[in-house]
Amino acid sequence: MTGLQLQKLEIRQGDRVLVSLDVEVAPGEVLTVMGASGSGKSTLLAAVIGTLPRDFTMTGQIVLNGVDVTALPTRARKMGILFQDDVLFPHLSVGGNLGFGLPARTRNRTERIDAGLEEMGLAGFAARDPATLSGGQRARVALLRALLANPEALLLDEPFSRLDTELREQIRTLVLTHARALSLPLVLVTHDAEDARAATGPVVTPLGQAVHL
Amino acid sequence: MTPGKVATGTGTAGTGTAGGRLLRLMPGLTLWLLAVPVLAGFAGTLAPAFGFDPLSGTGPGLAAFTTLAQWPGLRAAAWLSVTSGVGSTLLALLISLGVVATLIGRPGFATVQRLLSPLLSVPHAAAALGLAFLIAPSGWTARALSPWATGWMQPPDLLILNDPAGLALTLGLVAKETPFLLLMILAALPQTDARQRMTVAASLGYGRLAGFALTVLPALYAQLRLPVYAVLAYAMTAVEMAMILGPTLPPSLSVQVVTWATEPNLAHRGTAAAAALLQVVLVVGVLGLWRMGEMGVRRLVRHAARSGWRAARVDATLQPVLLGLALTPALALAAGLAGLSVWSVAGLWSFPDAWPEDLTLATWTRAAPGLWQASITSLTLALTATLAALVLALACLEAEHRFGLNPQAWVLWLLYLPLIVPQVAFLPGLQMLALSTGAIGGWAAVAAVHGVFVLPYVFLSVSAPYRAWDDRIAVQGAALGASAARVFWRLRLPMLLTPVLTAAAVGMAVSVGQYLPTLLIGGGRVETLTTEAVALSSGGNRRVIGAYALLQMALPAIAFGIALALPRLIYAKRRGMGVV
Amino acid sequence: MPLTRRQFAALAGASLLTSHAMAQDVTQDWEAVAQAARGQTVYWHAWGGDPKINDFIAFIGDQAQARYGVTLKHVKLADTADAVARVLAERDAGQITGGAVDLIWINGDNFAAMKAQGLLHGPFAERLPNWPLVDILGKPATVTDFTLPTEGYESPWAMAQLVFEYDSARLPTPPADLAGLKAFILANPGRFTYPQPPDYLGVTFLKQVMYGVMADPAILQSPSDPAAYDAAIAPLWAFLDDIHPSLWRSAKAFPANEPALGQLLADAEIDIAFAFNPGRASAEIAAGTLPDTVRTFVLDGGTLGNASFVAIPFNAAHRAGALVIADLILDPAVQAHAQDPAVLGFQTVLNLAALTPDDRARFDALSLGVATLPPAELGPALLEPHASWVTRIAEDWVARYGTAQ
Repeated sequence: MTGLQLQKLEIRQGDRVLVSLDVEVAPGEVLTVMGASGSGKSTLLAAVIGTLPRDFTMTGQIVLNGVDVTALPTRARKMGILFQDDVLFPHLSVGGNLGFGLPARTRNRTERIDAGLEEMGLAGFAARDPATLSGGQRARVALLRALLANPEALLLDEPFSRLDTELREQIRTLVLTHARALSLPLVLVTHDAEDARAATGPVVTPLGQAVHL
Repeated sequence: MTPGKVATGTGTAGTGTAGGRLLRLMPGLTLWLLAVPVLAGFAGTLAPAFGFDPLSGTGPGLAAFTTLAQWPGLRAAAWLSVTSGVGSTLLALLISLGVVATLIGRPGFATVQRLLSPLLSVPHAAAALGLAFLIAPSGWTARALSPWATGWMQPPDLLILNDPAGLALTLGLVAKETPFLLLMILAALPQTDARQRMTVAASLGYGRLAGFALTVLPALYAQLRLPVYAVLAYAMTAVEMAMILGPTLPPSLSVQVVTWATEPNLAHRGTAAAAALLQVVLVVGVLGLWRMGEMGVRRLVRHAARSGWRAARVDATLQPVLLGLALTPALALAAGLAGLSVWSVAGLWSFPDAWPEDLTLATWTRAAPGLWQASITSLTLALTATLAALVLALACLEAEHRFGLNPQAWVLWLLYLPLIVPQVAFLPGLQMLALSTGAIGGWAAVAAVHGVFVLPYVFLSVSAPYRAWDDRIAVQGAALGASAARVFWRLRLPMLLTPVLTAAAVGMAVSVGQYLPTLLIGGGRVETLTTEAVALSSGGNRRVIGAYALLQMALPAIAFGIALALPRLIYAKRRGMGVV
Repeated sequence: MPLTRRQFAALAGASLLTSHAMAQDVTQDWEAVAQAARGQTVYWHAWGGDPKINDFIAFIGDQAQARYGVTLKHVKLADTADAVARVLAERDAGQITGGAVDLIWINGDNFAAMKAQGLLHGPFAERLPNWPLVDILGKPATVTDFTLPTEGYESPWAMAQLVFEYDSARLPTPPADLAGLKAFILANPGRFTYPQPPDYLGVTFLKQVMYGVMADPAILQSPSDPAAYDAAIAPLWAFLDDIHPSLWRSAKAFPANEPALGQLLADAEIDIAFAFNPGRASAEIAAGTLPDTVRTFVLDGGTLGNASFVAIPFNAAHRAGALVIADLILDPAVQAHAQDPAVLGFQTVLNLAALTPDDRARFDALSLGVATLPPAELGPALLEPHASWVTRIAEDWVARYGTAQ
C-alpha cells in the first residue's frame, strides 16, 4: 500500500492555473488543502474523484496504491467522498443508504450494517428516515456509508463546516480516527485552521505552496 | 464542489457496455422517430398553403394567403387568439403560483393535491360544455335562481356565452390550465428546496408571497418554463373550448381553420393551411414576447430582492384573493361536471326548473354496449404510447446527462411542433405519409401517432425535474462504487418518481383525448372512447355528452390519482423526499 | 342542368318501359353481389351525433347480418367532411383499392365535391333491386341533389323537408308565412335565430328567405348571373338587416348548427326553431327531451326539401357489402321502421302506391307522432337552388355579418 500520489497534477481553466500539486499522501496520513474560496480546492477534489467539468484541462497522474486511476471513471477509483452536506439518499432509510455502499457480494449485510451503526453510537437506526436525524447523526451515517464501501482513500470537502463547534470536533476526531485505523490516505479540503491542526499533516494551497498556521 | 452541473465521472467508459452504446444512440433515434412524422405533417400544412394542392384548383402561389388576408374577421380572430391565450396563461400561472405560495407546508396543501387529479381528467370539450351550461342565461345558475330570485320565466337575452371579448373563453381556459400548471409545479417543487427557502425568507421578515416570489420562484420557473409554453400554445390553438365558449363573429383563428378545412368546397383547404401557418407564426411570436416578459420579471424580482421589499402586509389581503381566484375555476369546473352528470340521468328538464322533471337511466343503458371495447382500446393505446414516450424521453435525458450532449434549439422546435401547429392542418400530411407507407388502419399506427403527440408533453413534464436533480447524489453513488446504470435505476429514478408518474399520467390523458389522429390514421377501424364521444357530442345532446364525459374522465383520473398518491404512499416515511 | 318536371316524367316513363327487360339482368347480377357480400364487414361512415340515428343504423346492421350475413360497422363521424377527406387522401396516395370507407351518408355540397373529383363508384343506385319502389316522380329530390342529377351515384334513404318547431304552450299561434315570421321577430326580440352560415341549416334559412322575398324565385334554379346577382339578392339583405337587431343575442352570436339550434328551443332561449326532419320534434318528445307541447308548422308557399343519400367511394374495400346495405335501406320494412316517430321520424323515400298491401299497411299503421304534420299539410317541397347561388350567398353573408361591428 503506497497511498495516494498526485504526480505533477496541474489543472487549468483557460489560461489560469488553478491547481499545481506534486505530492504523496501516505496511508493514514492527511493532506490538508487550504485556500480562499474559488482558489481551486473544489476543483482539486473533483479531479481526484473523477468529476472534473469539461471546461477544465488536467495534466499529470493520480495514482492510488500503485494503480493509475487518472483515466478511470469515479466508480472504479475506490475513493470515498464526504461533502459539506451529507448527501444521504432521501428515498432510502439509514440502513438502505449504508447498504448501498456495501459491495454486492457481501454476506451478512444486515449484521455488518448493524455493527457499523453500533460502532458509531447509532444502534438501532437502520430503519430510520435520514431526514429525521440530527446534523451530527447524519454526518456519522455519511462517514459510515463511505467506509462500508471499502475505499482506499477518502476525500473530504469541508465536511465539518455545517456542524456546530462541539459537534465539529467530535465528528472530526471520529473521521480521523477511523481513517488512521484503516490506514486510508486522506485529502482534506478546508478553510478552518483547526481542522488543519487536528489533521497533523502537510498543509498546502491548491497551487502547492505550504501554509503556515 | 458545488451542486449543479458536474461531469458525472463515467467518462468514455460509459459506452463500453452494450447498454451504454444503445443509450448513446437514443437521442438520435428519438429524433428520427419524431422528425419523420412531424416533418411530414408540417409539409402537409405548407403544401396547400402555397398552392401545391391538386384539388384546390389554383396553382402554386400565394392565392391562399390573399384569400386569408381578405377575410374580414382576420384581425379580430388573431387578436382573440392572442388575448385569450396570453390572458388565460398569465392568470392560470398567477393563480397556481399563488396557491402554492399560500398553502405550501400547510395542511391545505394535501387537499389541493388530492383535488387535482379529477380536475385534470375532465376532457376539454366536456369542461367547456359543463361551464357553458353553468353560465348560460338558460343554464343551471339561472335555473336555480329563477323564477324566485330573478322573476325570469324564460331566459334573458344576455350575451354571456360567446361574448365578443372572449371572457367566457378565457375563463374556461383558466379552469383547464390551472390544474395542469399546479401539477407541473408540484412535480418540480422537490427539486427547489422550497420549504427551506421559504423558512429562510420568513425568518428574514418576508411575507409568504414575497418570500415565495423572491426565493423559490426563480428556481421553480426554470423548470416550469416549458410547461408554461405548452400551456400558452394550447390556449392559443384550442378548438373545442373556443367553439363552445368563444365568440362566433368571428370565431377564434383555430376554429376558423377547422371550418375552412372541413368545408365541402375544397378550395378553402389552402386557406385553412395558410391560416394554420399564421397560427404558428402567432404562437411563436407570442412565445417570444413572453420570453421578453420573463426577462422583465426577472429584473423586477432581482430589484425587489435587493431592495428588501418585504411585503409582509400584502399577504393578508392577497392570499384570500388568490385562494378565491383558485377556487372559482375549480368550483366552476366541478359544478359544470356535476351539471353534465345530472343531464346524463335527466328526462325532461325545462327552464326554469332547477332539477329535471324525471330521472332515467336510458342514456346510460343505451351507451353501455359499445363502451367496453372502446375503453379497452383507449387504455391499451394510452399505455403503449405513454410507455414508449416515457422510455424515449428518459433515455434521451439520461444520454444527455451521461455523455454531456446538449440538445440544440432546433431539436426542441421539432419536439414542440405538434403542439403548436393546429392538428387539423397537421394531420393530413401525416395521413398521407401513413397511406403511402401502408401503415394505416392498424392499431399500431394509431399508437405511433398518439406517441407523436404524447412525447412532447411527457418530455416537458419530466425534463426539467430530471435536469434539476442534484448531481452530487450521482457523484456520491459513483464514489460508493455504483455503475452509471445502477445510479440511474437505484438513485435517480426512485427520487424522480413523482415527476415520472406525473409525466406518465399527462401522457395517458393526452392519448385518451386524441380524436382526429385516431380517426384519420385509424381509418375508422380503431374505435376509442373519444372518437365515440366526439361524434356523439356533435349532436349537442347534453345527456349523452354528460355520460361520455364521466366515462372519458375515468382513465386519466386513475392515472393522475396514481401519480399523486403512489409517491406519498411509498415515501410516507421519507420526509426528505418532499412529497408530503 | 336542372330538369323540368315534364322532362323528368318523360325520362321516368322511358326507364319504366325498359325496366322489365332489365329486371332479369338485375336479379342475376344481384345474386352475384349478395354472394360476394356474404361475410364482408361494411364500414359505414355516418354522422354519429344523434343516438337515435345510431340506434337505427345498428338496427340495419342486425337486418344485414340476419338476411345477408353482412356485418355493418358504423364509423361515427362528427362531420361528413372527415370521410370525404379520407377518401381524398387515399386517392392522393394512390390507394385505388381497399379503401377504408365503404359507404358514406352524404348529400349536397359534399356529394357535389366528391362527384366532381371522381371519388365515387357508380352508377349503382338504379341497379338496386328496391330501386323501383323509390318515388322518383313524386319526390324529385331523390334523383336530384341540390340541382345536381345524382345519375345513380348515390342512393336516397330519407326525405327531408324544412319545418319550423315551436312550443305551443308559449306561442299559441305560430306565423303563417315569411312576413308573419318577420312580424313575430320584431315583436319578440331575442326569441329567434338561425345557425351561423356557412352551416348547412343556416344557409337553408337564407334560401328559404330568398324564396319568400325574391320577386321571381324561379331564377334560383339556373346558375346565378353575375351581372344581375346583386340586384336579385338585395331583398335578402334588406330582410336580414331588418330582423338582425331583434334576433337572439342581437345577432352578435349565432348557434353553430342544427343540434345547437334545437338545444336553444329545448332550453326556452328561443320560441321558434327549425329542422330538416318533420318528425324530429315528435321523436324528441318521445325520447323525453322536448316538452309534449311542441308542435311544427310550415310557411305558406312551401319550404325547402331534399333527401339524404348514401354513396360508395370508388376505392371501397367492400363494395358488394355496401351495395347490399344501400339496398337494404330501401327495404319497406326498414323504411317503415325509420318513419316510426318512436325510432326516428324520417320520412320515407318510397312510393307508397308501389308497395305490396302488406308493406303499405306497415306505413299506415304508423302514428305520425304528436308534433308531426301529416303529408297533406306539409305543403309543397321547394327545390333547392343552384349551387352557384348557394356558394355566393354563404360567402356574402360571412362578408356582411361575419364580424360583429
